[in-house]
Amino acid sequence: MNQEKVVFGFFIVLALTLNFGFFVGELDNTAHHNVYELFAVIVVNLIATILKFGDRTQMGAVLLATSLVAVLQLMAAAIVWGVVEHVMQGGMTPDRMASVVSLTGGAMLANVISVVLLIIETVLLRR
Amino acid sequence: MRQPLLILVSIYAVAVLGLVLIPGVDADGHVWHMSFFHAIYFVSYMATTIGFGELPQAFSDAQRLWVIVMIYATVVSWIYSIGALISLLQNHGFQQAWGERRFANQVRHITEPFYLVCGYGETGQMLVHALLEDNHQVVVLDKTPDAVDLTILEDQRLHVPSLKCDAGEPNNLILGGLKHPRCAGVIALTHSNDTNLQIAISSKLLSPDVPVVCQADSHEYEANMASFGTDFIIDPFDTFATYLVVALQSPCLFLLRQWLTGNRHQELEEPIYPPSGKWIVCGYGRFGKAVIEKLKKEHIELIVIEATPQAVDAPQGTIKGWGTKAETLLQAGIESAQGIVAGTNNDANNLSIVMTARKLNPDLFVVLRQNRSTNKAIFEEINADMLMHPSHILATKVRVLLATPLLNEFVSLGYHQEDAWACELISRISALVQIEVPEVWEVRINDQQAHAVLSTIKRAEIVTMGHLLHDTTKEKRPLWCIPLLLHRSNDQYLLPDDDFKLKQNDHILFCGSRRARLSMEWILLNQHLLNYILTGESIRQSEVWRWLSLK
Repeated sequence: MNQEKVVFGFFIVLALTLNFGFFVGELDNTAHHNVYELFAVIVVNLIATILKFGDRTQMGAVLLATSLVAVLQLMAAAIVWGVVEHVMQGGMTPDRMASVVSLTGGAMLANVISVVLLIIETVLLRR
Repeated sequence: MRQPLLILVSIYAVAVLGLVLIPGVDADGHVWHMSFFHAIYFVSYMATTIGFGELPQAFSDAQRLWVIVMIYATVVSWIYSIGALISLLQNHGFQQAWGERRFANQVRHITEPFYLVCGYGETGQMLVHALLEDNHQVVVLDKTPDAVDLTILEDQRLHVPSLKCDAGEPNNLILGGLKHPRCAGVIALTHSNDTNLQIAISSKLLSPDVPVVCQADSHEYEANMASFGTDFIIDPFDTFATYLVVALQSPCLFLLRQWLTGNRHQELEEPIYPPSGKWIVCGYGRFGKAVIEKLKKEHIELIVIEATPQAVDAPQGTIKGWGTKAETLLQAGIESAQGIVAGTNNDANNLSIVMTARKLNPDLFVVLRQNRSTNKAIFEEINADMLMHPSHILATKVRVLLATPLLNEFVSLGYHQEDAWACELISRISALVQIEVPEVWEVRINDQQAHAVLSTIKRAEIVTMGHLLHDTTKEKRPLWCIPLLLHRSNDQYLLPDDDFKLKQNDHILFCGSRRARLSMEWILLNQHLLNYILTGESIRQSEVWRWLSLK
């Protein structure tokens, strides 16, 4: 068993599961989406992205690209949340929550691709 | 690279999370929680030690306790990450890779024909500067480029991409643009014959159409290079020995060659007349051997002086000694000699030989070998009749081969002519120029270089050489230049006269004044000017004038 592979797979899968956890629930219901969960998703995604640095294979490049997409979408979601809470009048409303959650939905798609690629690689390179 | 980033992200995450979770108490006693937004803001300025204070409200003691721990954690991880990043940037391998990338990019974006010069030693420097002077693009590869001289390269008007690498490796040659469609030639001038050989082989295999010029100073290497089709192989010693023989046989031809191949702004040289009596050759090395081989064919009496005759397999009758001593020179019969060759590979010895010999026989014809260009000042002071500087000879020869190939052809054709022919040409050229060597240039009758002439020829009108030599400012007097050679497919016409009819793709070599060159460019490219020369009248250039002239 390769410990590096375990850590690598752990973070990639965790990024997806946390992302899913944040995403599920009614799209515009503020009670269904927890800010701590979004924070955790961003941190885990950042770590997963950094773990993918330096792999020069074709698969590595695509994996890194999907992670970068996910981080970009999550950052956008976090910025929207911050702006809504601290800059705009009226605080969090259902329609604003909907845009935050849909951004994380996009990130989740990227994370799904990431995990699928990971599974494909594992299946193809049975060692 | 991963570790510092991972540490940074983790510490930031812990710090932010802690701040969000730990409750604070405001002035009215209400409990408040920091939002993620404020927490990230606070951690960002805490970690970078900017420290704006406790925002958005004064902290509770529990928060302060957390912040104390986190200040050390974030600041340390931040400094560690920055340090790791900077040491990565300073890493030798990283910088090398970065430099290579930049160089490859520069080479890729060259749009003009360029020469790939391998080896930036004395010869390389001279050649590169001469090529830049003529507005040719150059790329330089060298194992250990002189730091000082590379900065000189950067000051040039044309940017010269240069890379520190082993030019013998094919990859580096490709990086330097060997396969670039604009590569006009590869020049191998490194100190090692082996590397030059490798460069020649790689170039010929990877891009067979690109001309390759190689320096070589041993006959085995020359034969080896020639065997796979290296275009030009130059041995500076053989080349000089040939010049010496030419000077001996026909001084005018030698002078003609010197004038035409001189660097721009160089002063005109005086003719020299090497004697055909007894010669003394000091030093039986590569240079001495080349000179002796050529002079023997001219049936000249030769005495060789060599310090180690056995080691170099010197001919019978060689006098053992240094040549720097008067007694050795007297033993060689310096009083009755007419010429001396100071040809050892030590500059100080060569100077000493010449000074001693001149004391014994002031009328000697002196051939002096200069090995290092830094000794230029003292060698000029000696005022030898012929100076043999290998780097200079190589650089000039390569420049002529690449930049004006017709001139090389012209000189080899000239070797078959009588000396009187060259003398006449010399007097014609000296009438054109004052102190500096004449400008030498090539013209091809094609759309790019001679648009006006080509379109006139295509209209089945006749353009002769004389038309190109018209001075348009002062009438009835030709331009101050001479057409030296016209090359048409496989035929060569030496000194074509004024009535010579031009055809498409003719390749012509001219020499003359700089002003003549500029005037000629006008004639070649400006249709109106050419019409005026051909018909003697100027055509109305615009529709309005044409309409008025019809009235």
